[in-house]
Amino acid sequence: MNKTDESLLKEVLPSDVKKADVYNIRKNGKCVERKVNPYISIDSKEDGSGIDIYVKEDTLFGIINIPVIITESGLKDVVYNDFHIGKNANVTIIAGCAIHNDSCDHSEHDGIHRFFLEENSKVKYIEIHYGEGLGSGKKVLNPVTEITMKKNSYMLMDSVQLKGVDNTLRKTKATLYDNATLVITEKILTTGEQYAKTDFLVDLLGENSSTHVTSRSVAEDFSYQEFNSNIIGHGSCYGHVECDAIIKDEGKVRAVPEIYAKSVDANLVHEATIGKIAGDQFTKLMSLGLNAKEAEDMIIHGFLK
Amino acid sequence: MGMIRLLELKDICFFRENKKILDHVNLCLESDKFYVITGPNGSGKSTLAKIIMGIEKPDSGRILFDGVDITDMSLDKRAELGFGFAFQQPVCFKGITVYDLLNVAKGKKITKEEACNILSKVGLCALEYVDREINKTLSGGELKRIEIATIIAKNPKFAIFDEPEAGIDLWSFKNLIRVFKDVRSSLSGTTLVISHQERILNIADMIILMESGKIAKMDTKDHFMTGFFSGKKCCLGGDMDE
Repeated sequence: MNKTDESLLKEVLPSDVKKADVYNIRKNGKCVERKVNPYISIDSKEDGSGIDIYVKEDTLFGIINIPVIITESGLKDVVYNDFHIGKNANVTIIAGCAIHNDSCDHSEHDGIHRFFLEENSKVKYIEIHYGEGLGSGKKVLNPVTEITMKKNSYMLMDSVQLKGVDNTLRKTKATLYDNATLVITEKILTTGEQYAKTDFLVDLLGENSSTHVTSRSVAEDFSYQEFNSNIIGHGSCYGHVECDAIIKDEGKVRAVPEIYAKSVDANLVHEATIGKIAGDQFTKLMSLGLNAKEAEDMIIHGFLK
Repeated sequence: MGMIRLLELKDICFFRENKKILDHVNLCLESDKFYVITGPNGSGKSTLAKIIMGIEKPDSGRILFDGVDITDMSLDKRAELGFGFAFQQPVCFKGITVYDLLNVAKGKKITKEEACNILSKVGLCALEYVDREINKTLSGGELKRIEIATIIAKNPKFAIFDEPEAGIDLWSFKNLIRVFKDVRSSLSGTTLVISHQERILNIADMIILMESGKIAKMDTKDHFMTGFFSGKKCCLGGDMDE
């Protein structure tokens, strides 16, 4: 790993990868470093298409880092990672993905992550996406997340993309059984001519299953964002989807929150707000001494915090 | 001793939709005094306050502060110069906490303890509030007190409070009077409060009455109250009197 690799890792991981209980570093389509422990294993799939991560039953507070870095311009990297979370386990998984591209060829990473949460298990899943480099080649990230949640399981998915990704199509699909809860928060900032599209589909199959999907996004310059969410309630369940976007300059945001109740006991809510920064927010901060640029930075930083 | 003019408004006019909101207003305010502007709704009180702060620009007339013409000075520059403004309807944010806003108000990074001390002054149990986001989950009274806390943190030379009693319940109002008595004794500089409330008027050194965009009367509190409220127990258009 060279200095660029290390700096990329810093952008997408909140702390040193080596401090994680278990990790797998993938660089330019290949595993370059791996650490496992007796409770959490990482096995390469036989066909070489990705990894299987097994978390044993009752494993508590394990931290798993699976960063991906791409520095080879023109590379299209597709990986299939499956996470099998045993009963009563409680782990944090951080899947950062960073692309450095100084050339005119496009670099792309498509990570297909499947989660299988057994009964009473808990997962905090953090996904941070980042791009950099001076080349005209695009930095493309197309994550797919498929989640199956058994009885009483809980998952928090925190997805962040704040810089440098030119094109992204993010698909998340979840199926929840009895008493399972899925909380998704997504924060996206697009600038220049970047394009970001998100699709969420949550099937609330089980009794008393629930989900909260919150998306906060800022579209600046000429960028475009699209947010599609669909929550389907099959029985006694609760679903809430909230999309909140700030637009600036020539930025555009399209939000399509859809809810579908298939039972009289389903309780589903959706909200969507798109607009520029409220003038009174500027006025308040400027009345405390910030100039217009500082006020805007503070409002956007807070919004995406 | 001659009076020390801190703020001078010269012939201020302000029109909107062919209506004269402020009609040749002339006003001199001195250092280290507590002023209350009162008057009926629509008399131009809030507009005058916003013009002083730089939120609105007058169509004609000049504003002098410490002898310097600040008519064309922007809102943030006036804030730097020493003006502070507590809004009638406090602004909500997403993701910005009470602590964040107090840091901005103070103009530097403060400790959580300092922030808590400021919040205690407005009667908020500081630990519960310091990390709260300033959003719609807070009640009107809580937002109002946080708004006042930002002005206490800023400690401006010239503090403006636009109807601090608006939108709060009676319990909060009683506390607000106490907060203002504290502000009165702890804030250095000049304070200008827009209010309909007799009990806020009672704290004032000077009371200014506005009517139809003009200064109808300006007098010491004692003279004003004797003349205006003799035989009456009322407020000027407010709805929170006991």
